[in-house]
Amino acid sequence: MSAVPLARQNPVRAMADFYLTTMRTQVQTQFQYRAATYMYLVGMVAEPVIYLVVWTTIAKQQGGFIQGISVGEFAAYYIVWTLVRNMNIVFTPYGWEWRIREGELSAALLRPLHPIHYDIAQFAGGKLIWVVLYLPIAAALALIFDPVLSVTALEACVFFVAIWGAYLIRTMLLWLLGMVTFWTTRGSAIFETYIMAELLLSGRLVPLPLMPDWSQTLAGFLPFQWAFYFPIQTLVGELSAAELVGGLGMQVLWIAVGSFLVWVCFRASVSRYTAVGN
Amino acid sequence: MSVVDVRELTKVFRVPEREAGLRASMRALFRRRHREVRAVDGISFAIDSGEVVGFLGPNGAGKTTTLKMLSGLLFPTAGEARVLGFVPSRRERNFLRQITLVMGNRNQLQWDLPALDSFELNRAIYRVGHEDFRRLRDELIELLDVGDLVRKPVRNLSLGERMKVEIVGSLVHRPQVLFLDEPTIGLDVTMQKRIRTFIAEYNRRYEATVLLTSHYMADVEALCRRVVMIHQGRIRFDGPLARLGEQFAGYKTIEVALADGGADLSRYGDVLEREGDRVKLRVEKAETSRVAALLLSEQEVIDLTIEDPPIEDVIELVFAEAAE
Repeated sequence: MSAVPLARQNPVRAMADFYLTTMRTQVQTQFQYRAATYMYLVGMVAEPVIYLVVWTTIAKQQGGFIQGISVGEFAAYYIVWTLVRNMNIVFTPYGWEWRIREGELSAALLRPLHPIHYDIAQFAGGKLIWVVLYLPIAAALALIFDPVLSVTALEACVFFVAIWGAYLIRTMLLWLLGMVTFWTTRGSAIFETYIMAELLLSGRLVPLPLMPDWSQTLAGFLPFQWAFYFPIQTLVGELSAAELVGGLGMQVLWIAVGSFLVWVCFRASVSRYTAVGN
Repeated sequence: MSVVDVRELTKVFRVPEREAGLRASMRALFRRRHREVRAVDGISFAIDSGEVVGFLGPNGAGKTTTLKMLSGLLFPTAGEARVLGFVPSRRERNFLRQITLVMGNRNQLQWDLPALDSFELNRAIYRVGHEDFRRLRDELIELLDVGDLVRKPVRNLSLGERMKVEIVGSLVHRPQVLFLDEPTIGLDVTMQKRIRTFIAEYNRRYEATVLLTSHYMADVEALCRRVVMIHQGRIRFDGPLARLGEQFAGYKTIEVALADGGADLSRYGDVLEREGDRVKLRVEKAETSRVAALLLSEQEVIDLTIEDPPIEDVIELVFAEAAE
């Protein structure tokens, strides 16, 4: 052994290496809890199945359509919804409270890397497993609910990009909410309010066209739909190539806005960090 | 050149406070009361490259708060700190790559995976080249003799085993400055000794600078020539460990083994202990030689030793003095 300085990798390669290593580590962790992960996924299907049963029942009572959406289209919407929901599960404000209390944030702040990179890489690794595990569930849902879905190659490609865009948008949003924990120890209370807004304005509870005009207008100014409705529509909707590309552009815009706000707020937040007791 | 340079460093926490009970709870809804706690109160010291310094103090003295400020976790309220020329609170990457903070009661490894996977993750986080990483990791594993532990999931390790692999994980980027906050807490004597030996060896091989807090005086005596003592946020002593006794303890202990174990020695000094034919006396430092000579001439002495008081006792004295 000697005190000769260690060779450091170049920054770009090092970042790619970090993401791959963290994702690999997370995949290994998920493998440790295969059964638990599967049960969690099965539990997650409850929410869309409830929506699906309610809306298909109403649609059938109204002659098979609600505002032009057929029973089969509802089925397609909520089956794709579940996949999108899997993709946009991110670190929540509940997690922030826990990681501050347990000292995990202190450990993260000691690393020579913005902590958001670790969160993004870690959850991205988990998704590789969740999505694979979800596919049989999606197949079962398709058999039961008979969705109407016709997908072009372009739509499939845009969908693949859009679900990662959705993931990043929601990561930024919930990071911003999570950082409230630096000001109050119960930031998760605000998260509950956020969830309500997201349910109504993202297409999570119902497809946006079923919402009143004013709420659709309001949704147009907010980021929620780009994390739910847009990625679902890339497969389910009849979007033109321009709309698909425009949608990806909106995702990029919201990711940029979110990244900037996270950067600014994080700088202000860490100066308040007290790390008491850990 | 100083690796750690601290000047008038201060940290004040604003903590909410209220009486117990429902009435106080209701009152707090409308009028919140806060109290300012000066956890660290204008401390100054410097540590040179390669020094191992013991940072001592009772619980709540401000040790951990200081370490957190020096590692960039906490922003100081006032004063200045520099570590390796960096201002820690700016949390620059080049700074964070060169330090580590090990906290004895914290787990920073992946709980469900073997420690080897966490080491690999740390390699990627600290941008260490694969070859350097493998060499250093294997050397650290060998030094701490944890070869058979690093393949087990961390959750299956005992506290002591976990601490050892935790230390390896904290050092795979080969930091130049180590902030060690009670690294041997809760460990058995053998494990404590192993970790002490390891820290000494790491310091020797890499000329690393170490600031260590510990409640175990064995750690301090084995590793630190110099100690900084802090109490109620202020530094009470900064100097060689050996000078601590000289400065603060105005007495020495004389242990005698007598042919007549029952003899009354209270006229020579305070009798601290009596066990069989052995008696331990406390005498004023200036009187030590005279009392020893008297004992030898007036009693049938089989054996006599003069010692400085135990370091624990001296430290207790310093803190008691500071509290008054």
